[in-house]
Amino acid sequence: MNTLAVAGLLLVLLGLSYQTGWSRSRALVTTGGQKVHSRPQYHGAYTALWTMIPTLLVLLLWAWLGGEITHNYIVSQIPTDVLQSLDQAGLNATIERIRAIASGFGVAGDVAPFEQTAGENLRNFQMLTNIGVLLVAALCGGAALLYARKRITARLRARNAVERVINIVLLLCSAVAILTTLGIVTSLLTEALRFFTFIHPFDFFFGTVWAPNNAPGSGNYGRYGLLPLLAGTLMITAIAMLVAVPLGLMAAIYLSQYAPRRLRSIAKPLIEVLAGIPTIVFGFFALVTVGPFLRDFGRLVGLNINATSALTAGIVMGIMIIPFVSSLSDDILNQVPRTLRDGSYGLGATQSETIRKVLLPAALPGIVGAFLLAVSRAIGETMIVVLAAGNAPVLRGNPFEPVATITVSIVNQLTGDTDFSGPQSLVGFALGLTLFVITLGLNIFALYIVRRFREQYE
Amino acid sequence: MDMLAGKVKLTQQSVTSAMNPSAALDRPIRIEARDVTVHYGAKQALFGISIDIPDRAVTSFIGPSGCGKSTFLRCINRMNDTIEGARVGGTIKLDGEDIYDPALDVVELRARIGMVFQKPNPFPKSIYENVAYGPRIHGLARSKADLDEIVVSSLRKAGLFEEVKDRLNEPGTGLSGGQQQRLCIARAIAVGPEVILMDEPCSALDPIATAIIEELIDELRENYTIVIVTHSMQQAARVSQKTAFFHLGKLIEEGVTEDIFTNPVHKQTQDYIMGRIG
Amino acid sequence: MATDHITAAREISQERTRLVRSGLRRRHRNEAIFRGLGIAAIALALGFVALLFVDMTRKGIPAFVQSNLHLEVFFDPAIIDVGPAPVASEFASPAQYQAADLRWRRELALLNWNRILEASLMAKVPAGTEISSRELLSIPETNARHQLREMFVANPDLLGRTVPVDILASANADNWVKGNINRSLGDAQQQLSPAARTVIDAFEADGTITNGFAWALFTNTDSRAAPASAGLLGAFVGSLYMMLIVIVLAVPIGVAAAIYLEEFAPKSRLTDFIEVNINNLAAVPSIVFGLLGAAVFINYMHLPISAPLVGGLVLTLMTLPTIIIATRGALLGVSPALRQAALGMGASKTQMVFHHVLPVTLPSILTATILGVAHALGETAPLLLIGMKAFVAQVPATPLDQATALPVQIYLWQGNENRNFFEPRTAAAIMVLLGVMIVLNGTAIYLRSRLEKRV
Repeated sequence: MNTLAVAGLLLVLLGLSYQTGWSRSRALVTTGGQKVHSRPQYHGAYTALWTMIPTLLVLLLWAWLGGEITHNYIVSQIPTDVLQSLDQAGLNATIERIRAIASGFGVAGDVAPFEQTAGENLRNFQMLTNIGVLLVAALCGGAALLYARKRITARLRARNAVERVINIVLLLCSAVAILTTLGIVTSLLTEALRFFTFIHPFDFFFGTVWAPNNAPGSGNYGRYGLLPLLAGTLMITAIAMLVAVPLGLMAAIYLSQYAPRRLRSIAKPLIEVLAGIPTIVFGFFALVTVGPFLRDFGRLVGLNINATSALTAGIVMGIMIIPFVSSLSDDILNQVPRTLRDGSYGLGATQSETIRKVLLPAALPGIVGAFLLAVSRAIGETMIVVLAAGNAPVLRGNPFEPVATITVSIVNQLTGDTDFSGPQSLVGFALGLTLFVITLGLNIFALYIVRRFREQYE
Repeated sequence: MDMLAGKVKLTQQSVTSAMNPSAALDRPIRIEARDVTVHYGAKQALFGISIDIPDRAVTSFIGPSGCGKSTFLRCINRMNDTIEGARVGGTIKLDGEDIYDPALDVVELRARIGMVFQKPNPFPKSIYENVAYGPRIHGLARSKADLDEIVVSSLRKAGLFEEVKDRLNEPGTGLSGGQQQRLCIARAIAVGPEVILMDEPCSALDPIATAIIEELIDELRENYTIVIVTHSMQQAARVSQKTAFFHLGKLIEEGVTEDIFTNPVHKQTQDYIMGRIG
Repeated sequence: MATDHITAAREISQERTRLVRSGLRRRHRNEAIFRGLGIAAIALALGFVALLFVDMTRKGIPAFVQSNLHLEVFFDPAIIDVGPAPVASEFASPAQYQAADLRWRRELALLNWNRILEASLMAKVPAGTEISSRELLSIPETNARHQLREMFVANPDLLGRTVPVDILASANADNWVKGNINRSLGDAQQQLSPAARTVIDAFEADGTITNGFAWALFTNTDSRAAPASAGLLGAFVGSLYMMLIVIVLAVPIGVAAAIYLEEFAPKSRLTDFIEVNINNLAAVPSIVFGLLGAAVFINYMHLPISAPLVGGLVLTLMTLPTIIIATRGALLGVSPALRQAALGMGASKTQMVFHHVLPVTLPSILTATILGVAHALGETAPLLLIGMKAFVAQVPATPLDQATALPVQIYLWQGNENRNFFEPRTAAAIMVLLGVMIVLNGTAIYLRSRLEKRV
């Protein structure tokens, strides 16, 4: 349909209705001299809402059904004998040709007589329907406008009505969050359940071999044991935590307790820059710089370290998480009341003694919460691992060797492939479900701990 | 003995100024402050405070809130060091040693001058660990038995031992407000200080707990030099031997408690005591 | 008696002072060590930021320069023997013209444009050098023949004329010129034949090959067959579409949701549930949003695969919780006095929120939006799952066309087999991405500091 005409109609109706409501309201004030409940703007908005909602409904209805109706009309224009001789692809091609003729673009080559007539008919049909729909929409809008105008009286609570509509719109917006969760849970669950019709859940959750047969069509699906991936995930997470927690915590302690104001105002945003760097950049850096460095370093000290290994991915991931740990810890350290610190200083404790023996024990629950949030983030991290962990889904405990994680395997099994018919791609959802449940559990627990901690000092 | 004699002499000199009747207490001087000023950033909080604090007696600082009495108290063990932007001028001497001497170690100073705060602030640790904290960090106990003894005797001195002897391993934060404050006193005592500073120690407590703490302060006076900041004149009258009145960052008047309350020299002091400012 | 008492007390305090003093050195040393550890942690974290930026810059800068061949190309009528280009006015319908035009182009495409290219290269080769046509054609970029053909399509008058043309050197030639490849390696390990290498050196000496700024990086889309002309334009436009979708959808919905939850929602189980939901959504791994997109938007709703529209929707859902949480924080920070003043003047709750509270929080909402959008811009994993890692050689004209995104382009390039050429190019792409990020984050930090000063 002509976008310009639709936009024009909507604009005209919008302006007209608002103006009508507004001037009607003004008229009430000046001529009637009554005390009007709502201000003119609200009467304008009230009328506009009354007018626009039916108009938009008509237009949306046509947008939804119009395609189907036009399609059926075109098919009805094709002679029955031709129709029977056409297969699906041929039918689609013919329909496209008729549309092209109707639009005036024309087609190359010979035009069958029925195509010519059908094209001309279609042009008329399209013009009629377009005008018809616009007319119906305009009439609905106009009728609604008149009705709304009649309703405007001094006592009409136009503001309340308008505000109720705003309220509903706001509520719908916050429902998006629930819909998202719902979408995640249902899509993960249904697809994972379909996966479990191919592979027994026990073989998935407790299998020790990950060897999907990605060749489609064969009856042999391969083996889908989760444990090697889980082990790889946990190993990388552990290494990342070994890097991120001491560094992040010490950085937070130094910045919040020791650093002079100037240093803090410079160093804090700089560390936050780390949090803003995309993970793909960390991944590439791990791959081309950190990995080779670790390999050469290993050679120097007589260790056999792979350039892409759990260690490489873990270290870089740990560095990525530093700002996360440090800003959370900073928050939590600031929650510990000053009186506790004063008590310790008053007894003659040095600053580090106060921090180590009073501040940290007091902040421990909060810091544990922050730690768990960081763990959940590390478990869900994808790109660093895809690039730097080497993708070797084998159950082993050597951090110098390549590993694979849950996230890597999701990417491997699902990239670009949306033909969810075999376990090869469906396993991505079973893995996603596992990941979702683990991180959700960690988050809920961590947020609970942190909230309890905050309440303790409020 | 010579040192003490010197102190007495010094005190006698100040008597001649007639502003300072503390010689009447017949106590040697433990702390002497001269022209102490404090700035927080650009704002001046204390203006030239000079006062002598007698040994083994309770000295109380009174005055309306915001008058600088707590600020001055925190100068005595250099707690103002922990506040960013605070500057202290003038001299404060403990036994003749300048406590703001750069060569003096603030850790050692605070071991000698303990402090009890307005709000009971036990650490989130067990009762035992709360009291053992000071001795542990300062390395005052040679053995576990030593430490046990320090903890028990400190709790006894703070009059808390009988109430908590069966639950030394329970968290200190689980005690009642008054018990918490006595725990904080025990914690301060455990380090074996010579001076104990108390910053409105009863302001967060009910009358019964207050009475117990006041009684305790009176007992502790025998062995410790005590400085207490209070907003309650009755409390100052009950527990202290010497009283100093602060107003708007200035020391208005000081003297033997009885004299201050019965016969104030300055009009502002009179007004405050009569409840006209405050 | 009293004196004894005092003496005893003095002895005790002296003993204590001695003990405290004996531990002081150790304790101050520990203090210094602890402080040192703090400084070390900060230095390590900042050092890593610096290392990453320096390393990427060092690796990426060479890719901003690229070898170009300056040739004199003769559009030989003997080779280009097709009729004149069809003219639209001679045909009955646009469709027929299109068909004729396509036929003409197909004829052109069937010509051997490499012969024209070869002739112009040969003219520059020093006399006496033996080089086969295959070896010679390994010097210019493989799509140089398309470039010549496009030139001719755009301007058929070139027939029979000689014009100067700049052509990109191939990736291998570029590597050789820049010294990205070890020149002392044996022939077996070199990508180029000895003859080609000699000719390149000769070209370099006589100025036929020069290094110029690599505009291709910014004006071209990705290319598999012709790596030297691979650029970021397509990915950039794809990212731009997604960012626009995120801004258009996530900001209004997020702010509206935050307003509802913070200002209007009755305290009920439902709002509690929404709140818990949002907090958890903010911590859901990004790849799970990719799974959601693949299952719901593509498999169930049949939206086009690899389209920025789907990518934008996925990133919107991912960014929403961040914007909601930040906006709620900003709304919470508005002083109750302002609210009461507005209500006291007879404003309704809606009027209070939209006329008084919201304007005050606008800067913080803006900051949160920028940070959220910057985060979405750098996100890779969910896009891989909705097919955006497909190779796309066109600039997407609409958000419904196939496209890729900047971070995904980085992912694709880092996996290219021609490492010598693509490692610098990937680093250069990263520099571009980081540049955009720094601008966005810098704006946000600047806004925040301005805001903090004002409040």
